[in-house]
Amino acid sequence: MALSLHGAHVPHRKNTANMPAVRIDTPKSVNIPVLMHIGKPSSPVVKAGDHVDVGTLIAKQEGTISVDIHSSVSGTVKKIDETLLSNGSTCKLIVIESDGEMRVDANIAPPSINSKDELIEAIRASGIVGLGGAGFPTHVKFNVDPSRIEELIINGAECEPYITSDTRTMIDRADDMAYAIGLFKKFLGVKKIIIGIENNKPEAIESMKKLAENDSEITVSVLPAIYPQGGEKVMIYHTTGKIVPLGKLPIDVGCIVTNCTTVADIGRYAKTGMPLVEKCITVDGSAVNEPKNVIVPVGTSMEDVFNFCGGFKSEPHKVFYGGPMMGVTVPDIGQPILKNTNAVIAFNEKDSKLAESEACIRCGKCINICPFGINPPAIERALREKDPERMIKYGASACMECGCCSYVCPANRPLVQRNRLAKGEIKEHYARQAAKEAKK
Amino acid sequence: MASKLRLSVSPHVHTHETVTGIMLDVIISLLPATIAGTIIFGWRALLVVAACVITCVLSEFIFNKIVKEKPTIGDLSAAVTGLLLGLNLPANIPIWQAVIGSVFAIIIVKCFFGGMGCNLVNPAITARVFMLVAFGSMATAAFPVDAVSSATPLSAEQMPSLTTLFFGNYGGAIGETCTLALIIGFIYLLVRQVITWHIPVAYIGTVFLFTLVLEGFDFVAALSAIMAGGLFIGAIFMATDYVTSPETPNGKLIFGLGAGIITVMIRQWGNYPEGVSFAILLMNILDPYIGIWTARKVFGGVKADD
Repeated sequence: MALSLHGAHVPHRKNTANMPAVRIDTPKSVNIPVLMHIGKPSSPVVKAGDHVDVGTLIAKQEGTISVDIHSSVSGTVKKIDETLLSNGSTCKLIVIESDGEMRVDANIAPPSINSKDELIEAIRASGIVGLGGAGFPTHVKFNVDPSRIEELIINGAECEPYITSDTRTMIDRADDMAYAIGLFKKFLGVKKIIIGIENNKPEAIESMKKLAENDSEITVSVLPAIYPQGGEKVMIYHTTGKIVPLGKLPIDVGCIVTNCTTVADIGRYAKTGMPLVEKCITVDGSAVNEPKNVIVPVGTSMEDVFNFCGGFKSEPHKVFYGGPMMGVTVPDIGQPILKNTNAVIAFNEKDSKLAESEACIRCGKCINICPFGINPPAIERALREKDPERMIKYGASACMECGCCSYVCPANRPLVQRNRLAKGEIKEHYARQAAKEAKK
Repeated sequence: MASKLRLSVSPHVHTHETVTGIMLDVIISLLPATIAGTIIFGWRALLVVAACVITCVLSEFIFNKIVKEKPTIGDLSAAVTGLLLGLNLPANIPIWQAVIGSVFAIIIVKCFFGGMGCNLVNPAITARVFMLVAFGSMATAAFPVDAVSSATPLSAEQMPSLTTLFFGNYGGAIGETCTLALIIGFIYLLVRQVITWHIPVAYIGTVFLFTLVLEGFDFVAALSAIMAGGLFIGAIFMATDYVTSPETPNGKLIFGLGAGIITVMIRQWGNYPEGVSFAILLMNILDPYIGIWTARKVFGGVKADD
């Protein structure tokens, strides 16, 4: 294999790696947005006053790239509201008041899986999305011609600081993972399964090695703990040496990459029929009193989660979903835990401070650290001069927004944000070009 | 409490490295050379350096005031320019010349082109060349070692011994003579990861090998050639200036190689005693092109195949 891709030595801060997940007390109510995935919002199938149980379908898939959503508590639907999502768009929000009993829906039963189609249908019915954070509907990812799959890569890199929920999955739920892997082998004909883990998780590596022990088709690939090791294209390159061309999908080079918790949840659904209604999340950060791994029903408010973790030891000034490299900040702690939430982190005042951005000194640290060889300062200049061709030339479209460039910039320039803006400009540029073509 | 949460774009962690911190590291790395220069050339040397630093910082401050922009002297880059320029001047230079050179470096070379990060060429190097041209014979006379290496390159009877060259007890600019002090500064910059080895090693290595070949494999002559004539201070502290040198390792190697070749050519066949300064200045001008030639390849290509 060629040289490793570049990356950042971010601090690990895996404070909760040795803490098995504990279940939160049943929340009084949950707020479930109908858009917790990439694709079209699901459409609610319940109305105010309806009784639901744990696992009851409350919103159904809308179009191909979408998923079903299920109630995470038993109780009564209080209202269907509108909510503002952290990405700035709005969608419907289903508010369910819990009766505290967590009664399981009577229809929940293990699915019968005897063919590839039934496996895909089971994944669809489970409402599972990519749990690494992206939230892409898993049934869509797996619904490919099985002969195209050369490698199934299970992503256990968990390269973001703080987060250990995937680590706990690999340690505590190896049996669920093994069950799902068995299904993939049987019905998708996958011959080569690679589990990629960063070398800072010895316990998880041991657990996965045990899983792979008597199976020559499963290999555990121990990777250096260099951020963003868990980036999809980075993971493919480091485990197989394959390069995914820009604008192509992993399957175009014969790979499917899926998060380890996604795999475990597929296994659980196949065994029990319980859809994705709860998440193991890492709660950490300098403002949190007792950092923990917590199992929470989807839709539980962050406030409930923080309270369960002993509240705050100092006033939180910044709270975000996910890790500190790519996490999305929230305006208030009333925000719900989503399907694709793997951590909530609260920073104290000191950690929340933003340094002032200065002039670029052309040190080249951003250029040399970028895993994909993108030139952020050149994109910054092209953005200022509104030159989409140059943004494309310097690689803006390839940016996965890992944040390494901003992380190392001594002048504190918002480089990754400029790349995001550039990607928007490029999109518009292509749209304009297409419109021009259409006119001809 | 809810309304107090800060919204910001990721990432939410940072290395905490700052521009000021980097500049401070450069200043620290130049202290051994400053101290050595003061010991070798006396208190007058320190006066020259101080005059340059103060003038550079004041010039930038006044320029900021005139064009009504935020004061930028806090990033210490003006102080670095002043320190470098001072160390590149002989201890006996009239103070008014040092002051004019400093004003030129900051106002003409840096601020007129947009300030920090925007200058095309290194301010200190350009000011040194400017002073050589503007103050004619005085400036030439002020660089005895370079003058020697230019007229009769590294001829044995005029060159100090290797030991003298290493410890710096001979005529030359304040900060350029003591090779030992400069190497200490180099190691500090490498340890602090302010610069990488590429430019200094490529530059000094090229000068060494090129001279070695031209001098018929006379190792003493080649070693003298790299320790004399301000090569170390130029290669370690001036050629590595972020703003005017390439960003990628390959670009840095080309930059060093080019500067090395030009330096030897000027020393061997040129009329000016300023091999290092001219070489870095010329490579500064080539820097944008080197950047284009050595751009990193985007992973997965920049456009989809279809």
